[in-house]
Amino acid sequence: MSEIPEDLKYTEDHEWLRVEEDGLITVGITDHAQGALGELVFVELPEEGQVFNKGDACAVVESVKAASDVYCPLGGLITDVNSNLADEPELVNTNPHEGGWLFRIAPESEDVLETLMDTIAYEEYLSGLED
Amino acid sequence: MPDLSGYRTEGRQLPTGGCRLFSFYDSELFSDIGTVGAFAPATFVGKVMGMRTPLYQAHVDAGAKIVDFGGWDMPLHYGSQIDEHHAVRQSAGIFDVSHMTVVDIFGAEAKAYLQHLLANDVAKLKKPGKGLYSCMLNEQGGVIDDLIVYRRSDENYRVIVNAATRDTDIAWMTEVVKGFSANMVPAKDYAMFAVQGPQAIALAGSLIPASLQADVAVLEPFQAAEADGVFVARTGYTGEDGWELVIPTDLAVSWWNKFISAGIRPCGLGARDTLRLEAAMNLYGQDMSASVSPLVSGLGWTVAWAPADRKFIGRAALEGQREAGIGEKLVGLILRGRGIMRHDQRVTTPAGDGVITSGGFSPSMECSIALARVPVGAGADCQVEIRGKHIDASIVKPPFVRNGKIQIIT
Repeated sequence: MSEIPEDLKYTEDHEWLRVEEDGLITVGITDHAQGALGELVFVELPEEGQVFNKGDACAVVESVKAASDVYCPLGGLITDVNSNLADEPELVNTNPHEGGWLFRIAPESEDVLETLMDTIAYEEYLSGLED
Repeated sequence: MPDLSGYRTEGRQLPTGGCRLFSFYDSELFSDIGTVGAFAPATFVGKVMGMRTPLYQAHVDAGAKIVDFGGWDMPLHYGSQIDEHHAVRQSAGIFDVSHMTVVDIFGAEAKAYLQHLLANDVAKLKKPGKGLYSCMLNEQGGVIDDLIVYRRSDENYRVIVNAATRDTDIAWMTEVVKGFSANMVPAKDYAMFAVQGPQAIALAGSLIPASLQADVAVLEPFQAAEADGVFVARTGYTGEDGWELVIPTDLAVSWWNKFISAGIRPCGLGARDTLRLEAAMNLYGQDMSASVSPLVSGLGWTVAWAPADRKFIGRAALEGQREAGIGEKLVGLILRGRGIMRHDQRVTTPAGDGVITSGGFSPSMECSIALARVPVGAGADCQVEIRGKHIDASIVKPPFVRNGKIQIIT
């Protein structure tokens, strides 16, 4: 059973978002996503200062068997990336919601947050996928 | 947001209905799913249960992640693909390969049939039990499949071909056999295991029937022994010592369990792929295909040119290629920069461009390795285009790993 922390918001593409105290938004992939991808061996992150629109491919997570794009869940400026993942991509597997975060973004608008799922909704979404 | 559609655990169906995605059996699973959306959920209509081996339930009970592989519901891993890989390199692992196709050939002209059908020559099989790796070619010299053929007796051979190519292979073999006094009979009601690793034979040796133990103990590589419906060959697809076994279905679960109880780790198709890539063993559908010659796929050594009057299918085409000059070769690549090489990425060399046929992460070397088809004039260095960036790589002579040892000094 996937872990789905209650302080996060979720997208249908299996990303989580956390609104930090300074207004920045931290983005990662969910426990479900890392489990489905398998053991990660490489993570390609955006560069600080890059600007993305919602839906732009902005990172790549590669498991032993496949590469998958990560699309930006909301538009904005990348302020920070998790440089630990260069040497320890497996952090995304072992600690997807904390140590395995991918990047932080200064959002153009927080409107998107209203459309995202909470824990209960994401749990229901996942169970729907399994049907 | 990772597109997880490539990892859906249930069978899938084309929207046009009916036809399973057989043609994507390997590359879909094991190569670059990075073209995210290629298998978007919308293209999957409902659930289609795949074919299942006699061990399906055992895999599920062991916590395997089940994926569709050429129409079969197969274990990808049982928790950690990387740990399973290391188990085979360092100790022993067991793979369920019951999805593979076993075809038995009988008849006075069984040998003549296979000498026409296959690019390698079964005349090399001097004694019963010996096995031979070969390509089965079309008239254009493309590879229909790769296989191992064993001589069981003068008028009986056993051929083991891939799972996903089963229908094409059987159709082709059925067509070709019409000209010979021979029958080809797809085997039924069997399970097939591969037991691989430096400790595999030591751990498994006492578990096979007493009637076979003496014969099996003296098997050379590419040799098989059989008794009471149990067929044991000293072959594999990992670069390690071990056996591949064909056994009756009703023994499958009990044998699987006793091998595991002996300390042999269950391994999924994920580890099988990284092991074979390190061992530089070609994967059908990626490193070879019906439109590519074995002579540019690292398989020239499997083509038996002598005797010159053996008119195997595809010979004329290969001779034409040889006369015209072979422009490409299959090589190994080691990525120097960061990233993971994947199937179908472009390789640039001073002698011209090439293409990665299989790429991935090597758990043994902890870097990305690949097999690539490049111009024969390519030197020691190249670049691989990964998502628009050109990353430095070295061209090396495969294999990368054999018998637990890294073969290339990096």
